[in-house]
Amino acid sequence: MPAPTEYLPKTFRPRVSTYWWLGRWPYLKFILRELSSVSVAWFVVMTLLQIRALKGGPTSYAKFQEWLRHPVLMVINVIAFFFVVFHAVTWFNLAPKAMAVRVREKRVPGLLIAAPNYVVWLAVSAGVAWLLLRG
Amino acid sequence: MSKRSNEPFLWMLFSAGGVVAAMLIPIHLFLFGVAFPLGWLDGPSYANLLALVSHPLARLYLFVLCALPLFHWAHRFRYTLYDGLQIKHLNELINTFCYGGAILGTVLAGWLLWRIP
Amino acid sequence: MAERITLEVTRYHPGRDQKPGSQTYEVPLRKDWVVLDALNYVKDKVDGSLSFRWSCRMGICGSCGMMVNGEPKLTCATFLTDYAPGPVRVEPLTNFPILRDLIIDMSDFLVKLAKSKPWLIRKEEKPLAEGEYLQTPDQLDTFKQFSMCINCLLCYAACPVYGLDPLFGGPAAIALAQRYNADSRDEGASERLDVLSQSDGIWGCTFVGECTEVCPKHVDPAGAIQQYKLTATMEWIKSLLMPRGGT
Repeated sequence: MPAPTEYLPKTFRPRVSTYWWLGRWPYLKFILRELSSVSVAWFVVMTLLQIRALKGGPTSYAKFQEWLRHPVLMVINVIAFFFVVFHAVTWFNLAPKAMAVRVREKRVPGLLIAAPNYVVWLAVSAGVAWLLLRG
Repeated sequence: MSKRSNEPFLWMLFSAGGVVAAMLIPIHLFLFGVAFPLGWLDGPSYANLLALVSHPLARLYLFVLCALPLFHWAHRFRYTLYDGLQIKHLNELINTFCYGGAILGTVLAGWLLWRIP
Repeated sequence: MAERITLEVTRYHPGRDQKPGSQTYEVPLRKDWVVLDALNYVKDKVDGSLSFRWSCRMGICGSCGMMVNGEPKLTCATFLTDYAPGPVRVEPLTNFPILRDLIIDMSDFLVKLAKSKPWLIRKEEKPLAEGEYLQTPDQLDTFKQFSMCINCLLCYAACPVYGLDPLFGGPAAIALAQRYNADSRDEGASERLDVLSQSDGIWGCTFVGECTEVCPKHVDPAGAIQQYKLTATMEWIKSLLMPRGGT
């Protein structure tokens, strides 16, 4: 903006508050969604530690499992679990927006693109669970 | 042909990581982080888990499971720091921390998974 | 129904006030009145110095955008009775410098809109003798939604990234770029991408999605931007695989 003159007055530029995201519920939901990435990173850290413990032998793995049972870790993991589910749900619901899929010249409704994601999610989760629970 | 940004590459990594994280992390975190420690379900024994993880395909799967979500975190967290804390002027530091961290994690994952046991 | 309702209106006189303040006015609460009617009542009967933009009063010109109780709204389409018993807070659109009272300076938007080149770009114009460019209804359908934008700037007021990142193009500018990219008559997608794909033209967007929520014409700028990100990524991959290919 050029310097104020008689015909171009001095505009007022409000500063954006550091807490802008607390001002409206949609903004808070957005920030929580973005912070879910921290839970994602935490899961990777936990998995790397788990693999290292596994390689260390049965005692080292048992110690790792004991560590996971610590109340603080339990709380962290329960919270992280809700965050990663929140990530998954918001991700599948938003995916249709980026892909303007057209079939026979008509735009495919968003639900038809989101739904298959949920089906795959269920199938893949069931597959992993089966692999790990069969003993 | 003017200089186009390389953001698309980072956005691709973010997207791929987002899909992997959305599809696979919930069940993994539920089982290993909640259900098994709480005793709700019986996890695999040490020997069975070791055998499962030793398989080359399992190791590749785990590598992807660790690497891509890290880049998803890096990209998302970078923008959260820009917008949430308004510290975009520190962008070189932020980018190094985020993408550097993701690269470090990926290298660690590769090194750990290279040989099991 | 009560007879009156209170408005709390931002007042700012450049050169006289250090910062914006607020003034309250009591206006009649009529069933069919919108916030714009209340503001015009104030200007006509109470305080002629109150300044604000408006024109068509029917939701098509995009002039009367303001914050009503913290939400970006077209004041010609926002009924007073929805806010009874009040008070109703009327402020200028967020994320823009305030020129005076409820009037904002939109020069930044105009600069960014021009960068999107919101017009049909052809490598070569068809000679007049060959007639008009033909387009099927389905081809129109690919971009029609994005063409409904009335430049009211409600999406810019709702977008936190626009307020935080001076380089970000903003929802309407990018949606309009996509409107032309998707138009079958247009051949300028590459030219627009050169400008928009630099720095944070489009990449600052983190898909908050509020722009789409507040748009009075259902343009869905968030969707347009995500589509554009995908297009830009495809182009990036193509340029990597075929450095000398394409336009």
